[in-house]
Amino acid sequence: MIINSRFFNRSELIGFVSLLLLLVVILPLALDVFRLNLVAKYLTYAFVAIGLVLCWGYGGILSLGQGVFFGLGGYCMAMFLKLEASSVANTKIQSTPGIPDFMDWNQLTQLPFFWKPFQSFPFALAAIILVPAIFSFIIGAAMFKRRVGGVYFAIITQAIAAIMTILIVGQQGYTGGINGITDLRTLHGWDIRTDHAKYILYFVEVFFLFVAILVAQFIRLTKLGRILVAMREQEDRVRFSGYSVANFKIFAFCAAAVFAAVGGALFTLEVGFMSPSFVGIVPSIEMVIYTAVGGRLSIFGAVYGSLLVNFAKTSLSETFPQLWLFGLGALFIAVVLAFPNGLAGIWGDYVQPRIDRLLASRSKKSGNGGLVANGAPAE
Amino acid sequence: MFGDYSIGDLGAIFAMQGFAGLILFSVYVLMALGLAIIFGQMGVINMAHGEFMILGAYVTWMTSNAFQSFLPALFPGYFFVAMALAFIASGSLGMLVEWAMIRRLYKRPLDTLLATWGLSLILQQAYRSVFGAREVGVELPEWMMGSWQATDAIQIPINGMFVMCLTILITIVVAYVLFLSRWGRQVRAVVQNRVMAGAVGINTEKVDRYTFGLGCGIAGVAGSAFTMIGSTGPTAGQLYIVDTFLVVVFGGAASLLGTIASAFTISQAQSTMEFFMSGSMAKVLTLLAIVAILMMRPQGLFALKVRK
Repeated sequence: MIINSRFFNRSELIGFVSLLLLLVVILPLALDVFRLNLVAKYLTYAFVAIGLVLCWGYGGILSLGQGVFFGLGGYCMAMFLKLEASSVANTKIQSTPGIPDFMDWNQLTQLPFFWKPFQSFPFALAAIILVPAIFSFIIGAAMFKRRVGGVYFAIITQAIAAIMTILIVGQQGYTGGINGITDLRTLHGWDIRTDHAKYILYFVEVFFLFVAILVAQFIRLTKLGRILVAMREQEDRVRFSGYSVANFKIFAFCAAAVFAAVGGALFTLEVGFMSPSFVGIVPSIEMVIYTAVGGRLSIFGAVYGSLLVNFAKTSLSETFPQLWLFGLGALFIAVVLAFPNGLAGIWGDYVQPRIDRLLASRSKKSGNGGLVANGAPAE
Repeated sequence: MFGDYSIGDLGAIFAMQGFAGLILFSVYVLMALGLAIIFGQMGVINMAHGEFMILGAYVTWMTSNAFQSFLPALFPGYFFVAMALAFIASGSLGMLVEWAMIRRLYKRPLDTLLATWGLSLILQQAYRSVFGAREVGVELPEWMMGSWQATDAIQIPINGMFVMCLTILITIVVAYVLFLSRWGRQVRAVVQNRVMAGAVGINTEKVDRYTFGLGCGIAGVAGSAFTMIGSTGPTAGQLYIVDTFLVVVFGGAASLLGTIASAFTISQAQSTMEFFMSGSMAKVLTLLAIVAILMMRPQGLFALKVRK
């Protein structure tokens, strides 16, 4: 793989540094621990949104099932934490001590086989990455090898999200049902519910977020990223040039799934529970809107999009619960009709040229390109 | 799982579940017909289709209330008026939406999906604000209640039969309109080659608008029929939308016959399995089977052979 240009051009470097400042310095200083924890929760969705930038913005594959992978990552983490929380000593009032409480309520007398490996932390960590990767590989291979794409892929992933939710809700003895896996307390004996832990978890998450941003940027700049764009614009020509379109699509879909899963696992740590309400059709499509609002071609836009939409959701549904759905609906329509490139598009079209002009008037040299250097989709 | 039942019992179970499946089939067909027209003929993904259906259901509910208070003598026949009103209400809303939103997005099918999802959220909240979050039920006229005793083990509810007859009738009308009427020929011409259709003098924009309106209107009628067998809430449409899309895709997007066949298969499979296991597992198995079949045969059951 050849990296064609500098890793960040000037405006992207500015974007990176300002996001770093915002998340590492400004927000932790400005917000109390409760609000910071909310930001941490929103940022877990940013992982999903970054994955969607690769998969949807660059690859042109709209997945409406990202909630499934978010959930898989989250449940893998939650299963480990739940097993740790339900040690024999903690659960001695149950009729079968040592198993999670919801299993006891559902008359299960021993741990199901697929729960057992989650007693080991390394296994749980590996599962967070591998389970969604394998699952998305199976879906992707089955569909893309047969050249199912576009709207059909979107509908089928949506159906998979529906199946997953029904399954989790229906099998409550094994999954915790509609309530999900709750009452998670410690990670290796370290209480994750204290304020101190929340600060630490926030910074851990921000660290992972920047790793994700760098990985996504790396993928975007390599030849792989170029092929993804080419594939989105003219799939047949890429195929006739001798590339295996299906394999590149599978890769983009798997990468998006793994990003989503990491977000899900961090979500479980930040919030302290995982439930099917983050898996189904509605959350999955909301995750797409984070990317759309931020700009489907902009990695930084995805982070800002997740923060802004979720912030609006929390504040609007706290004060005017009725308005929120109207607002969200209008957001979907407005982003699609008026701003197909989202906030990053607005930034690139209106703000960036002015900054450039301002800088150019001082020194004659000007940087090229904005956040949307690779061009808008020409569909 | 069959061990505990005698042959006669099994026959009756299959007949009853089969009939329950037929009612589900009717709802699927009515929903999917409109969707097949919009998705199959126009390539637009209308995620708000369920909300158009619910609009029809609310119109029916309002009509039944109006008849009860103002024209109690005509109450037994209110349903036919309600159906026509539901068609008009959903159809005109559909045409308005096409004019305001969809026509700008014909070249971006994935974006119609997101935009119509937004529309569906707005409509849901609008229903909740206007009609309340509580589910409403329509009072059936006397002649639709009760059931017909076929044998001593088999009972068939009359409203179910009525909905089925209605479905068959509407299907025939839609097939006639699309395949034999002048307007239907224009629709198909536009679908096959938009530029050429425009060149021979068909007003393609107008055809698009009426096609979308027709699809939404049928969804309204579906909602009207839906009130006969279930109650209506603001989010009831969303429960059906994924199923209906699967019905359309499974049947082969551009084929009406395929839509009907796949609605039949899916509803029968689901309602038969529902008797032997929990409803959620029956649903999971049905959906999984559809997804698996679609992975092996992406073009659906009845694919039109067209050159691309």
